[in-house]
Amino acid sequence: MASQEVLREEPSRGSFINDPRVRGIFYQAVVVVLLAVSVWWIVQNVIDNLTRLHIASGFGFLKGRAGFDISDSAIAYTSDSTYGRAIVVGFINTIIVAVAGIVTATLIGFIVGIGRLSRNWLIRKICTVYVEIFRNIPPLLVIFFWYSGVLSVLPAPRDSINLPFGSFLNQRGFYFPRAVWGDGSWLIPVALIVGIAMAWFVARMARQRQMATGQQFPVFWTSVALIVGLPLLAYVLSGFPLSFDFPKQSTFNLTGGFQVKPEFLSLYLALSCYTAAFIAEIVRAGIVGVSKGQTEAAGALGLRPGSILRLVVVPQAMRIVIPPLTSQYLNLTKNSSLAIAIGYPDLTATAGTVLNQTGQAVEGVLIMMVVYLALSLVTSAIMNVVNARMALVER
Amino acid sequence: MQEHDMSWVRTEMVLAQPAPAGVSGLGAWVRKNLIASTGDTILTIVGVALVAMILPQVINWAFINAQWTGTDRTFCATVGQGGIQPDGWSGACWAFVNAKFGQFMFGRYPIEERWRPILVAILTVVLLVPLLIPRVPRKGLNAILLFLVLPVVAFILLVGGVFGLPHVETSLWGGLLVTLSLSFVGIAVSLPLGILLAMGRRSKMPIVKTLCVIFIETVRGIPLITVLFFASVMLPLFLPAGVTFDKFLRALIGVSLFAAAYMAEVVRGGLQAIPKGQYEGADSLGLGYWQKMVLIVMPQALKLVIPGIVNTFIGMFKDTSLVSIISMFDLLGVVKQNFSYANWATAQTARSGLIFAAFVFWLFCFGMSRYSMYTERRLDTGHKR
Repeated sequence: MASQEVLREEPSRGSFINDPRVRGIFYQAVVVVLLAVSVWWIVQNVIDNLTRLHIASGFGFLKGRAGFDISDSAIAYTSDSTYGRAIVVGFINTIIVAVAGIVTATLIGFIVGIGRLSRNWLIRKICTVYVEIFRNIPPLLVIFFWYSGVLSVLPAPRDSINLPFGSFLNQRGFYFPRAVWGDGSWLIPVALIVGIAMAWFVARMARQRQMATGQQFPVFWTSVALIVGLPLLAYVLSGFPLSFDFPKQSTFNLTGGFQVKPEFLSLYLALSCYTAAFIAEIVRAGIVGVSKGQTEAAGALGLRPGSILRLVVVPQAMRIVIPPLTSQYLNLTKNSSLAIAIGYPDLTATAGTVLNQTGQAVEGVLIMMVVYLALSLVTSAIMNVVNARMALVER
Repeated sequence: MQEHDMSWVRTEMVLAQPAPAGVSGLGAWVRKNLIASTGDTILTIVGVALVAMILPQVINWAFINAQWTGTDRTFCATVGQGGIQPDGWSGACWAFVNAKFGQFMFGRYPIEERWRPILVAILTVVLLVPLLIPRVPRKGLNAILLFLVLPVVAFILLVGGVFGLPHVETSLWGGLLVTLSLSFVGIAVSLPLGILLAMGRRSKMPIVKTLCVIFIETVRGIPLITVLFFASVMLPLFLPAGVTFDKFLRALIGVSLFAAAYMAEVVRGGLQAIPKGQYEGADSLGLGYWQKMVLIVMPQALKLVIPGIVNTFIGMFKDTSLVSIISMFDLLGVVKQNFSYANWATAQTARSGLIFAAFVFWLFCFGMSRYSMYTERRLDTGHKR
């Protein structure tokens, strides 16, 4: 077919209907027409149904009085607040559980993933069993297990389980001492920020000096001293402004302290356990993916095992690890929507309640979709920046 | 010339010597794998302590102290809670699982009609197992029976209403029956749909490509529960007044569309890994687009992404448990519904029921992942570098 006519850009002598370009345009036209017709049909139906059910469309309903209570709320909220505020409360709760879950899952995942490559047979097997169990059961089941199987059959508040540091565990959740900051405590966060900034500068200077002269500087210990020491110094200087409000047992309930509700606890534990199994596999694949020659070459250069791990293996493994890790973080954030099953008021749960009360199905689902899409995009944007810093610098 | 032949050839083999002491046997294994260094020894001690702490408790709970038979909650409750067990007793309540086993498998499917799902299950196993074993011949016929004939037979058997079979509402379905039928149909729909979407995403037609990208990225960006909400709340609004959709069907659409978007990305990965020469080679042979895809590209691309496809299947199988949130009773939903009934409510019931459900889910998912590893090894033609 690729004859010389084609090169001279004359119309091909083949039949008109066999021209791929014409066909392409035709197919796309068909798709557009079909899409337009079905969208028009759906919109008509939606309008019909909404008028029949007497539901006004638009987002005006967000200003209405919510009229329902939310058990966990990071910002001020009563049943007199607006629907919009209820959704914001849910959004904040989603963020809280997602961030807490991501941190814990990463921690467990890295430990288990490295454990699966341990030379120690027992540790290897324990980690494998952990991964194979949690990878193969639904996250929702893990949530229910923590909620109905473990936390709700704990003793009543009267016979709470005493834990170290004045904390308690009972069927109403986990109680621990609440920190009460006194006068002058503002000095401590300021000191912390100053410490971090100074540590960063020290690290930069040390790197420049090493590049120029080859001399090394104990960056790690200096940073620890700065970041931990400065706030500690500020704490002493401002006259020990920290005290604790311990939970106390009264007849029927615990008073004081900080209460973590079982709904949050079970969601957080389940998401962490479940996602950690996947992160462990990713970490393992990342470390296995760094070829043995790299370790051997580093050894031949005279690096110690610790330095080999820190300077040669980990930077290369991170390159393999970060992209799938990002998608696990996204999965965890999306799985946090399972909160609705146990009544933790996250975005899906509050938006679902609003949707049921007002009947604004289209707007409610739209809000959910847009917020989760935005969360996904923000997470991937952050991880892309991290990835770009880690990526192989090639010529 | 040579008078004395100096060469010497051994005529009989020397007996193999035993390996030197210290590199073989139990002692060496322990030295190498458990106490190679101080750190290792500490880890081993921690590990042994962990196992010694957890394992006896688990075995005690699940087997030794477990209550295997019973008809109501008194069998699994302590005397203080109004039951027959001694105070401080803690054991699995398998009696609950035992008593509700039929519910867990079939939901509220009428008892006298339960031979129908059982028959479908037997047919499925009979057709599926030979397809999975590579040595069994007649794969083509087998596949046709499984993917074209069985769905029709299964539909007639399960739903009924013809051939004198009484009609069974899908709202009566439940338990493992719902979980398995959702996942089977979901798998059968999402794989072809995912392949089409992946091809659409790599198409040269801009409008088709944009539509596919929008669909895939939107669905992948939102949680399945939102998709299910969409399917259960918004689909009825999309249809003319009076037309109603079966709830089961709505969930099925939601789950399939969701899995298709993930499948599309997996397949796209495979398509991208096929060298350009393969496409061009097919073009130069004069193959059309569909011939090129079906005969040349897809067989290679799909083979590359078998692990990804199976992972998506496993993910979907697990995700079917989410339909319990939109008040359908799959395996997890039925278990949850049953342990909240008052005549079985004890401290152990929820735990036992959930562990049973977890075991069933685990069995299916673990089996799938092992089979995929086996297939991967078998299809590995050694082209990997």
